[in-house]
Amino acid sequence: MASKKLKRLDLVFKDEQDTEAILKKTFSRPESDIINDLISSGLKGRGGAGFPTGLKWKLTADTKGDEKYVICNADEGEPGTFKDREILSKVPHKVLAGMAVCGRVIGSRKGFIYLRGEYKFLIPDLEREIERFHQLLEKLGCGFRVEIFTGSGAYICGEESALFESMEGKRGEPRNKPPFPVTHGYNGKPTVINNVETLAHTYSIFKYGPEKFRDLGVQDSRGSKVFSVSGDTPVPGIYELEFGMTLQKFVDDFGDGDTKAVQVGGASGFCVPRKKFEKTIIGYQGKLTGESLPTGGSMMIFNSSRSMYNVLHNYLDFFVEESCGQCTPCRVGTQQLLLGIEAVKKGEKPSSYLDKLLELAESMRITAKCGLGQSVANSFASIVENFKEEMIY
Amino acid sequence: MSEMINLTIDNVPVSVPEGTTILEAAKKINVRIPTLCYHQDLCVAGNCRVCVVEQKGTDRLMPSCAMPVSEGMEILTNSLKARSARKHVIELLVSEHRADCTRCYKNGNCELQELSSEYIIGEDGFIDLIPYKEYTIDHYSPSIIKDDSKCIRCQRCVRTCNELQKIGALAVAYKGKDMKISTFFEKPMFEVVCTNCGQCVNRCPTGALTEKTYVDLVWSEMNREDKHVVVQTAPAVRVALGEALGMEPGMIVTGKLVAALRRLGFDSVLDTDFTADLTIIEEGNELLQRLKKALVDKDPAAKLPLTTSCSPGWVKFIEHAFPGYLDHVSTAKSPQQMFGALAKTFYAKKINVEPENIVSVSIMPCTAKKYEADRPEMRSSGYKDVDYVLTTRELALMIRQAGIDFASLPDDDYDSIMGESSGAGVIFGATGGVMEAALRTAYEVVTGREVPFENLNITPVRGMDGVREATIKIEGALPEWSFLEGVELRCCVAHGLANAKKVMDAVKAGTVNYHFIEIMACPGGCLGGGGQPIPTNEEIRRKRAEAIYREDAHKPIRKSHENPEVIRLYEELLHEPLSETAHKLLHTNYRARDRY
Ligand SMILES: Cc1cc2nc3c(=O)[nH]c(=O)nc-3n(C[C@H](O)[C@H](O)[C@H](O)COP(=O)(O)O)c2cc1C
Ligand code: SF4
Ligand code: SF4
Ligand code: SF4
Ligand code: SF4
Ligand code: FES
Repeated sequence: MASKKLKRLDLVFKDEQDTEAILKKTFSRPESDIINDLISSGLKGRGGAGFPTGLKWKLTADTKGDEKYVICNADEGEPGTFKDREILSKVPHKVLAGMAVCGRVIGSRKGFIYLRGEYKFLIPDLEREIERFHQLLEKLGCGFRVEIFTGSGAYICGEESALFESMEGKRGEPRNKPPFPVTHGYNGKPTVINNVETLAHTYSIFKYGPEKFRDLGVQDSRGSKVFSVSGDTPVPGIYELEFGMTLQKFVDDFGDGDTKAVQVGGASGFCVPRKKFEKTIIGYQGKLTGESLPTGGSMMIFNSSRSMYNVLHNYLDFFVEESCGQCTPCRVGTQQLLLGIEAVKKGEKPSSYLDKLLELAESMRITAKCGLGQSVANSFASIVENFKEEMIY
Repeated sequence: MSEMINLTIDNVPVSVPEGTTILEAAKKINVRIPTLCYHQDLCVAGNCRVCVVEQKGTDRLMPSCAMPVSEGMEILTNSLKARSARKHVIELLVSEHRADCTRCYKNGNCELQELSSEYIIGEDGFIDLIPYKEYTIDHYSPSIIKDDSKCIRCQRCVRTCNELQKIGALAVAYKGKDMKISTFFEKPMFEVVCTNCGQCVNRCPTGALTEKTYVDLVWSEMNREDKHVVVQTAPAVRVALGEALGMEPGMIVTGKLVAALRRLGFDSVLDTDFTADLTIIEEGNELLQRLKKALVDKDPAAKLPLTTSCSPGWVKFIEHAFPGYLDHVSTAKSPQQMFGALAKTFYAKKINVEPENIVSVSIMPCTAKKYEADRPEMRSSGYKDVDYVLTTRELALMIRQAGIDFASLPDDDYDSIMGESSGAGVIFGATGGVMEAALRTAYEVVTGREVPFENLNITPVRGMDGVREATIKIEGALPEWSFLEGVELRCCVAHGLANAKKVMDAVKAGTVNYHFIEIMACPGGCLGGGGQPIPTNEEIRRKRAEAIYREDAHKPIRKSHENPEVIRLYEELLHEPLSETAHKLLHTNYRARDRY
């Protein structure tokens, strides 16, 4: 096993039971201070989009509205990802505290946890925790209340606007943006929607101040991140690590000594081949508002026994099924990519057809309606370009 | 006043109010951006993605139909990046499509076909997905054919059925590659709540939803020596047919329509407007009789409000959605069915042809009329009263097939008898028209004087607002109608089934207190019917409505009860309104249906 161990962090999962003190302290501060702390901490969304959390809260706080909502996105549908489940079962109070402070800051009295259908088993414990939390809020004179909403099980319902549609009793189809959730979210009202992990991080920031969080990580990627490590690794599981490590370091630690590639960020993320491990830094890659950066935290390790054709085939199978189907580039494009690589493999199409497919993937990236269709090109291009021979022979 | 936003589109500066979309802004400077899922009547979906444009300095393209303008935008609608992505989108749609245009009913009037010809979708496109798909073609409905292999999933139909019509017969089912437009439990259209209104058909950009056509059957009937083929033309056809034959919207083509029908070989060319006038006499008297029973006799069986019954989509809707209110619907048949019943009785006798040798064809702006003609109730003559219903579009097709240069046809007149009509019959084609026609007659029956509106134009019931209310105070009632003296007749007009639902919900809740309600299933009334030329939109509906009111204004006779042929019909056959013969031929009944 690897020699140089990456430091395991314990910010998110540390069992801290000082919610009352933290809420008391935080509630007594001006809302703008809280927002400024969040902004200066450098915290960005851990659910996929990587949007600066403080800015999101600020935009929602600045929007006038008689009713606003705080939604915790616990849909966690990305295959190979289970960090949000862990957070909700181990430290739910941190998530709830984050929601309550958000409610305070933006002027909302209502929060929802949108829970993935498969996580129904968490409900009894969560309900108890919410009950306790409500009592605490009452004691602090805070009217904020949280409710659980169970999702339908479709991957696309993790996309924020599809999630709102689903909560409103409609088919889970992403909406046009703009308008964005900060002005038109659930029920058309200003809404903050944050990932489970994002909210858990706010707890630490309120407790320790923004500096401690900011000191971790690099440039645009601050703090720690919970990763779900899977694939060809002797030690699969959930790990909290500091942002900014190279992929080489990660592989040294988690690989089985024969790692050929790592898929960073799951099906919608990027596949990094061995030769780029050293140059690849795990973080937000300098982009601020990308729709689907690989922040879900899935790290899938492939060793040299794996066929990258099969890997890509699996991802495309997933997209072909999980696309909501409403927009052309994604619904039809995913089918074409899948049948296309099959045809090349079988020799029914020349290898040059892969170039046409790469162009198609690029068109999908710039024309699809939501992050799902836009990010198919990530895995497609990174696998096809780096493992072309495996696609053909 | 909203703020003005300045931007450039293809380097042309344009200034538009805040909230305008890029697509609308482009239209202002005559730049056409291709669209498929967009339709003026519907909320924006932004799902087809053919309307994508480039904003300078932005990585991703934007859907111009859904993207509001912002200050300083520099939009390129036709950059290489936008064009090639758009071409990919069209190629993808074609790859998912059973693209056999030469065998397709929409060949020549199809938005996908137009775009693929503009963008030269060649042979070397993507893999044909049709062999990998299961699809169904539902041809069981008498009105509508739904062919999933021609569907581009733009959801125009779904939005039409759910927003405009609030029926919900169509919905999106499944996701990913299997996503499709479906009905309740994927039953055939004729087994679900579909009203056959055809509004979805009118908005479908491809051949996925089309009317069931009877053109070939009508041709072969006309070819038979032993048959006498009678044709009737609905009011709204004459203000729209021209559009399908290359003319501008808003042209009145009544004379050419008659001439064309004669050339096609119809033996008698008659007018549904005649029975529209007849409907007014029957329905108007039904209203007055009900008012008497309700106000004087206090008869609980006399239900008010009375609603109209001439729109078969509306009738099927109320049968499904408000079955407890069927005794509010006028028992008077629609003009089409009154005509049909008379064609094989009264008219057959007049021209000395055995009823079984009469073939009765109607030209309608409507797809629900096909279904109405099929209803088992519609056999008062002992035969199927109306044998074939053709839409305005189908008639245009026949005219093209016959090689007739429609625009240059000389005007011709309807045959007699059952060819004469009043202006009141004409305005049946517009929302509010039945109400206006009924008031013109009812008011005069009660008071002996004309309705107190300038030139008989009852403007409060005209227009395009979804629900309109009007009250008319009856003053100077004749002795036999003295119970109506001073009564304020409360009327309501609604068009589009979403509005119909609104009104019926209010009636049910008891928050409104109307005497008479006119409801048309289609937005704008029949002039916006599902069988009318494509496209139909707000502007075109307005032009057709203007044409209808123009036609009314020029008619020498403006009131149904003054139609000499109607008067003659009562003298020779019916004797008086609501008589036994009238009931047998001209009235019907309704049935409660399931909610799904
Ligand atoms: C296809 C798709 C699936 C998504 N699934 C999830 C999810 O399961 N959980 C999540 O937190 N965010 C998911 N997102 C991202 C959300 O849309 C949204 O950006 C996120 O919840 C915002 O929270 P954050 O700012 O805290 O990251 C998904 C996005 C897309 C496009
Ligand atoms: S990109 Fe895919 S998932 Fe997103 S809206 Fe389009 S079809 Fe649906
Ligand atoms: S729907 Fe349009 S594109 Fe498709 S086969 Fe028919 S005419 Fe051709
Ligand atoms: S015909 Fe009318 S009711 Fe039937 S599906 Fe179409 S829009 Fe809906
Ligand atoms: S049936 Fe027609 S209108 Fe409906 S989604 Fe398909 S192509 Fe669009
Ligand atoms: S017309 Fe704009 S996305 Fe379809």
